[in-house]
Amino acid sequence: MLEDLSHHILDIAENGVNAGADTIAVSFDDDGEFIRLTVRDNGRGMDEKTALSVVDPFFTTRTERRVGLGLPFLKQLAELCGGEFLLSSAPGKGTTVSASFSKQCVDTPPPGDIPSTLLTLLVGHGHISWKYVHRVGKREFLLDSDELKDALGGGNPFTDPALAVGVKEYIAENIGELYM
Amino acid sequence: MTEEKKKIRSLDDLRKIKEKTGDLTSARSEVDKVKVIIGMGTCGIAAGAREIMNAVLKELEVRNLHNVAVETTGCIGMCQNEPLLDVIRPGEPRITYCAVTPPDVSRIVSEHIVNGRIVQDKLYGRAD
Repeated sequence: MLEDLSHHILDIAENGVNAGADTIAVSFDDDGEFIRLTVRDNGRGMDEKTALSVVDPFFTTRTERRVGLGLPFLKQLAELCGGEFLLSSAPGKGTTVSASFSKQCVDTPPPGDIPSTLLTLLVGHGHISWKYVHRVGKREFLLDSDELKDALGGGNPFTDPALAVGVKEYIAENIGELYM
Repeated sequence: MTEEKKKIRSLDDLRKIKEKTGDLTSARSEVDKVKVIIGMGTCGIAAGAREIMNAVLKELEVRNLHNVAVETTGCIGMCQNEPLLDVIRPGEPRITYCAVTPPDVSRIVSEHIVNGRIVQDKLYGRAD
């Protein structure tokens, strides 16, 4: 199973990569009562029939295996945790997945290591424009991979291991400050 | 007196790291690089692939290695053997390691990536 919310974010964002998206926006929104995760990609999207099928664990478009567990896990977890799961998609437009979790519910997983998730996405898929927003109440931290690239002199700075490790600390420090 | 390491909080702090390391990475062409590929499907993530990815980056930073390109891939259908990590040294066959743990990472980096010796006890297979 995926242990915490940061693992789910990584999993759902990877779906966007596999859908051929070039821009993926991820948000983590903690309003005090609920935590809502949203992943929006501009990939190839799905028709209505496919969009309804992807929450079935025994549906997958892959040929390597016969199950597809990422979205069913997330849907089940959100519904178990007093939240809701929403998926909207249109062919050629992209897909948006959103899941919320009540902070009162004992089964709601901890946020987990979000900096590691973001670093994995930035390094693993440096060609994609990543937009991340982490909101806690009225405070927020924005991370835009294009801005980060520009600030660091263009190219793909995440291939430099020293910078990659630095970017992770930068994310961790800035998210940490939202909770102070 | 030892100076406490300054935390990285701003883009300026990141720029300073960039200045220090210079253009070591871009100076090399992609074909000369060792490629590391980590499976990042749902199965890989559940088995700890993200932690492997972070351990690889940390190890490359500590050893100051700039000739390695780290990539991720989706599920390849061998979910029970995740986390999977492949190493391709230029001109050599693709080596797949399975059930990789963070402590294995430093061995794979020092033995295989740096010295070209395959870590036999974690070996899953090779593709020529």
